[in-house]
Amino acid sequence: MKGICKSFPGVVALDDVDLTLRPGEVHALLGENGAGKSTLVKVLTGAISRDRGDIILDGTPVEFSTTAEAANLGISTVFQEVNLVSAMSVTKNLALASQTGRFGVISWKKARQDAREKLKRLDLDIDLEQPVGTFSVAIQQLIAIASALNDNTKVLVLDEPTASLDAQETRALFDIVRELKSRGIAVVFITHFLEQVFEISDRISVLRNGQLVGTKPIDDISRGELISMMIGKELGEVESAFSRREGKEPGAEIVRAEGLGRRRTLQPCDISLHKGEVVGLAGLLGSGRTELTKLIFGAIKNDSGTMTVNGKQQLPNTPRKSINTGIALCPEDRKTEGLVGELTIRENIVLSMQAKKGWLRKVPFKEQQKLAAEMIKAMDIATPDAEKQVRQLSGGNQQKVVLARALASKPDVMLLDEPTRGIDVGAHAEIIVLIRKLCEEGLALLVASSEINEIVAVADRVVILRDRSKVGELVGQDVTRDAIIETIAGEDVADS
Amino acid sequence: MTLNKKYLPLIATIVVFVALFVIGGSMYRNFLSTMVLGNILADNSFIIIAAIGATFVILSGGIDLSVGSMIGFVGVCMAVLDSMGWHPLATAIFMLFFGVAFGAAQGFIIDFCKIQPFIVTLAGLFLLRGLCFMVTLDSVPIQHEFVQFYSSIKVDLPGRGVLRSSALVMLVALALGIFIAHFTRFGNHVYAMGGDAESARLMGVNIRTTTVKIYALAGFFSALAGVVYALYTSSGYPLAGSTLELTAIAAVVLGGTLLSGGVGMVAGTLFGGMILGLISTLIIFNGSLNSAWIMISNGALLFLFIVMHRVLVGSFDLKGGTKE
Repeated sequence: MKGICKSFPGVVALDDVDLTLRPGEVHALLGENGAGKSTLVKVLTGAISRDRGDIILDGTPVEFSTTAEAANLGISTVFQEVNLVSAMSVTKNLALASQTGRFGVISWKKARQDAREKLKRLDLDIDLEQPVGTFSVAIQQLIAIASALNDNTKVLVLDEPTASLDAQETRALFDIVRELKSRGIAVVFITHFLEQVFEISDRISVLRNGQLVGTKPIDDISRGELISMMIGKELGEVESAFSRREGKEPGAEIVRAEGLGRRRTLQPCDISLHKGEVVGLAGLLGSGRTELTKLIFGAIKNDSGTMTVNGKQQLPNTPRKSINTGIALCPEDRKTEGLVGELTIRENIVLSMQAKKGWLRKVPFKEQQKLAAEMIKAMDIATPDAEKQVRQLSGGNQQKVVLARALASKPDVMLLDEPTRGIDVGAHAEIIVLIRKLCEEGLALLVASSEINEIVAVADRVVILRDRSKVGELVGQDVTRDAIIETIAGEDVADS
Repeated sequence: MTLNKKYLPLIATIVVFVALFVIGGSMYRNFLSTMVLGNILADNSFIIIAAIGATFVILSGGIDLSVGSMIGFVGVCMAVLDSMGWHPLATAIFMLFFGVAFGAAQGFIIDFCKIQPFIVTLAGLFLLRGLCFMVTLDSVPIQHEFVQFYSSIKVDLPGRGVLRSSALVMLVALALGIFIAHFTRFGNHVYAMGGDAESARLMGVNIRTTTVKIYALAGFFSALAGVVYALYTSSGYPLAGSTLELTAIAAVVLGGTLLSGGVGMVAGTLFGGMILGLISTLIIFNGSLNSAWIMISNGALLFLFIVMHRVLVGSFDLKGGTKE
């Protein structure tokens, strides 16, 4: 690919990017969210058109306007979200991509045979008549890869293939990637996981702000250099963000919950949040982190325990009551629970503040604009103006809007559920800095996260959950990575 | 292998149909006969034909509200052109082309302008109904001798029943619909689009041509329904077919197709339409019940089916709900 340019209204997504792929290599494509990786991939695979530049395949310039045409020429893609129709059977899904049949008539016998052959290339033996949705995400991923591959595939693009796989599934996927590599296929691998980049790729290309920062063989670069290439800052700045900070005395207690719980959701547990203190909430996936934050916020109704806010009884709690008493929640899933993607940044920021004031007293437009401008500046949100639709922002910037919105209602307590999920290293560090700043301003914060490093970096005190109940609490100097892992694992594991 | 879950709604529909038929048989003498069956098929053939077209639209996640107006418009055109000396068959072919073109235009507008099918076909509904009144304000008879010939065609069924020509046309249309839905690439694309349009697009389905084809096909089936209706009633009336689009949608849903798209079968639509016909026949057989009960029982049944779907789909989601 040479000199690829693509711009969207208001943003130049790709600016003169060159990318060379060699047969039989795994080429990792890296960059922060919004750096242009996804756009580049979509241009490369025909999902969107380019403004300028050429794509040269085996020495000849090629043109295509759909993913199907690109696939016929030998460029196949598996996009970020597994793209299969989950209600349809495996055979029918695979038949979508292939060109079988005369006059548009499908012979299901042949389609089944083709499907079986395609899956055989990946050593996959599954029931072809079951709907795709009944298989695990890992299997779906493999089916998607099988469907993308055809006889003349020269380039296979995998966009975040490991995002929802566990370690074992990832290893299985990598075996297949290596197998494909040995057949001379160039694999473009996009991921946020740096370990995986070093494990599997031969060369890397880094994008930043729509420009190519550089392409290097993996052996010539260290992890630190790679990170600073991605975020364009010196490594020291990044590392300092993740280091543990000085502990200090917490202020007055704001929220106190005793025996708060709900049957089949969370065993009763105690938790208290103090002014100027960050409480980390650690535990494995499904241990009850999200449930606890939602119980405190009142988004899930409790059936046991008591909760006081500023010394006053707060039960039964509702989200509305929480907002009114100064508790704000930034939920785990930005897209479905946190933001209204169709609305602009300004409208999203004003939402909960408006709810607090009541619908009849409209926040004046001037004030809205002023607030939005302040927040964009304070949070350093990368956007041309406050009237941009939120769904057009990158993940990190969306998360900042979530925070901004929660802050706009001037809360005393903030509950953050996975504040850094799905965002890149640079934005990650910025969010952590923000959390610390908020804490210094006297807010009480609860940060639930699956990333233990993050918790160690921000928390003054850590509450640890396992199997939907509280199993421990660590304070001050005791908050270390090892201590948290030990508590999560429990004694039985620690013994062995 | 256990029975595939996707057949459950279809089986439920057939069970309801058979149950209603048997209940009718136990209540009234002569009900459980091929004669009643043949009559239901003939009387409801145009609804079922229109519903087959609507099945494709609904499978793709869309909706077509222009069906009833199309039936009315085709009817008045058949009648007026008949009085001008056209042969009904020639008019029929002409009107089928019109239906395809009109449907294709609706499909193109839906995809090109990214407007909801509801609005576009609602506009189509008003447009075609208005055109009906432009053509004629009165009921116009179709007097060509072909109509007598058409209504004289009968195929004997075992017992005293017969399959009339309308039923025969409907069965051919049904076979065509089943073939297109389940044995062509286009049919597979329709299911994929209804299941997950974005995934379908990324897997190489051309959404624009598929959308145009879907609505063109629906236009074809509605126009065919209009032709059958005109020949069956041997007249054209500008108000004919009002609210029939909703009856067609009801038949599709009763037939086990999900309104959200992607799940369902064309064969189910036949039984969905037959259930509607069976209910009205039952109430007419009773004699003492007001015809208002037809709509009330249709409504109740529809509601029951939707709840049943919800339960079926819900259990399916739990099993396969691994996708984010």
